[in-house]
Amino acid sequence: MDARLQNEDAVSLRTRKAELPLYISRIKVYPRAIKGLWRRVKWVVLVVLLGLYYVVPWLRWDRGPNAPDQAILLDLDGRRGWLFDIVIWPQEIYFVTGLLILGAFGLFFATALFGRVWCGFACPQTVWTDLFMLVERLIEGDRNERMRLDRLPMSASKAARKGLKHIVWLAIAAATGGAWVFYYVDAPSTLVKIFRGEASLEVYVFIGLLTATTYTLAGWAREQVCTYMCPWPRFQAAMLDEQSVIVTYQKWRGEPRGKHKAGASWDGRGDCVDCNLCVAVCPTGIDIRDGQQIECIGCGLCIDACNQTMSKVNRPPNLILWDTLANQQAKEKGVGGAAWRPLRPRTLLYATLLVVVSAVMLGAFWLRTDIELTVQRDRSPNFVRLSNGDIRNSYAVKILNKSRDEQHLQLAVQGLPGAAIGFVGVDIQGGTAGTRLFVHPDSVGTFRIFLTVPAGSAPSGSKSIQFSVSDTTSQTHASHESVFVGPAR
Amino acid sequence: MPTKIEKDTVSGQDTTGHEWDGVKELNTPLPTWWVYTFYATIAFAVVYSALYPSWPWLTGHTQGLLGYSSRTELSVVLAEQAKARSKFVDKIRATPLADIRKEPELFNFALAGGRSAFQTNCLQCHGSGGAGSPGFPNLVDDEWLWGGTIDQIYTTIQHGIRNADDKSRQSLMPRFGVDGVLTAAQVAAVTDYVLSLSGRGKATPEGAKIWQEQCVACHKADGKGNQELGAPNLTDGIWLYGGDRDTIYRTIFYARNGSMPAWDTRLDDATMKMLAIYVHSLGGGR
Repeated sequence: MDARLQNEDAVSLRTRKAELPLYISRIKVYPRAIKGLWRRVKWVVLVVLLGLYYVVPWLRWDRGPNAPDQAILLDLDGRRGWLFDIVIWPQEIYFVTGLLILGAFGLFFATALFGRVWCGFACPQTVWTDLFMLVERLIEGDRNERMRLDRLPMSASKAARKGLKHIVWLAIAAATGGAWVFYYVDAPSTLVKIFRGEASLEVYVFIGLLTATTYTLAGWAREQVCTYMCPWPRFQAAMLDEQSVIVTYQKWRGEPRGKHKAGASWDGRGDCVDCNLCVAVCPTGIDIRDGQQIECIGCGLCIDACNQTMSKVNRPPNLILWDTLANQQAKEKGVGGAAWRPLRPRTLLYATLLVVVSAVMLGAFWLRTDIELTVQRDRSPNFVRLSNGDIRNSYAVKILNKSRDEQHLQLAVQGLPGAAIGFVGVDIQGGTAGTRLFVHPDSVGTFRIFLTVPAGSAPSGSKSIQFSVSDTTSQTHASHESVFVGPAR
Repeated sequence: MPTKIEKDTVSGQDTTGHEWDGVKELNTPLPTWWVYTFYATIAFAVVYSALYPSWPWLTGHTQGLLGYSSRTELSVVLAEQAKARSKFVDKIRATPLADIRKEPELFNFALAGGRSAFQTNCLQCHGSGGAGSPGFPNLVDDEWLWGGTIDQIYTTIQHGIRNADDKSRQSLMPRFGVDGVLTAAQVAAVTDYVLSLSGRGKATPEGAKIWQEQCVACHKADGKGNQELGAPNLTDGIWLYGGDRDTIYRTIFYARNGSMPAWDTRLDDATMKMLAIYVHSLGGGR
């Protein structure tokens, strides 16, 4: 069938909405299948991203005994994040914050350069909607067949096709929810437990929740998520400028548009033959020829559509293309073109922020030690006067041992001459060499430490001191600032 | 009353039929999803009020078909927690006090449990950090009235001090002034002697004589006290009621006989053991 005839009834949502009253139901979009460069890119991105998503929880990583062998595991129960050989403790949640900040700046950077590439290619909503549309197309056929099927009264064959589609959708959705859960629990054992009905309630609740959201958002809501629910399109305009490369219709070349009979002259008219294929393939149901609009997710499928038509009517390709507004405005004025300037204050700022945040994170990561010391002084009572007049302060000392070995650490205090270190507990050995604290592997040791100074050498009021723990053999060291308080004189 | 529903010429919508001074109201229906959500909440409320306690009555309220009560839920949760803790609590009950220290896990559990029990039962008098206040001993320092070993602390917690319990710690400081045992001048003289024990001022021979006659039975000749009788050491810098001259004078004149309840009627044995371990760990334990 000729593409021009097939898509004549495709009218952009904007046009149709303008004719309708205030409250309208969603106008269903029936995107047409298209082949082309950007469609191929989208398929590759889809396969890579979904592949990563489903496969990563199954990667194994040997960490020795008493540690999970899942390469990437966010163990909420055990309060550890396992990332290959890196173990993140809850106290280091700022690394996650850093990653989120990097993600945000990365998004701003990409948007300033290439518009909504995230929306069009990598966003989970786009990727899963693409997958769901593929299923729909394989079962119900392409645009026209689907529209015809929806108009038909319910019949056994319609019910069978619709039912099959929803079953496949639900299966994909359940696999999506299941894969999500596997990032938080051991994947192989949990998979078995899920089917035996032995997994925890949380596992089933989260699979159910994500199955429901995936099915609803990718199967039913689709472009409405991008248009109405997502905040990103609302403020992305702040990242875009006339130098951002976006999906653009070359109005100066396409207009005036109109039907074109084979063999007729192209003089005095534009290249757009008004075949409406660009509207028919659009997953959000818009007409790119209306210019930039909030619904456009920048997926580039209209480029593929238009190039197909242009080659059929023997006109040069790229009537719709990735281009900057500046270049288009220059061409419209007939002054040739405007070279793309990827280096602009905006992109340089985003790049700088990316580099700075990455450097800070790498620095923090580099300075990360296996042991960490925190000291909290008891303030009730502020100090204790012993029967012989000595002044004592007590401290809650916590040592985080992030290593896989038991630590035997020497506790010392600097800045308080004549102080005697006392302690309560069984994980401690006191001796002439000082006080040794034992901390089990991968755990937090909590100790109660007393510092006592003779009445004469006690400070008046507060005095800064420093606690430190060290192991001379393994060269580990950590310190923490605190104070010693004596009676005011 | 709605009179005439007609189509609005501008918007093409129906009117409600209401008209005020020529102004007509458009009938703009609520979104369908909103209406159905509203109906769903009504259905939910009906079902909920049948299943759970809900409607007030003259004397009480409907109980609901599920028989739910938040008090029952709480007791279930408490029972679950007690069961979860029973592994350690049973072990603490079965282990002698001196041996609990030897097992790190058990010891740490006892410290945490003792701290929690202390914050509920003891801090009213002894303070949240155990530092006490005048009349209520400081448990953080190294001075003990009735002994600071873990077993002595445990006994004190069990039976208390100067109460109706048969085994409570008992002793009585006489009211030297009030009961006419000593005159005011004699009390003043022995006050000077007590002050001199901690190196403050000089005692008179009369004070020393009264001390020998009246005080050494409990406080011992050197003034270092007797933990069997809860008689405090008068030679150091720690004073339960205050160490200035006036306070010591009043203490001798009126006497002091502080009291502490026996806890074995209120707390179970494991809790008292954990309390003893916790108090012993505060810094003064012998």
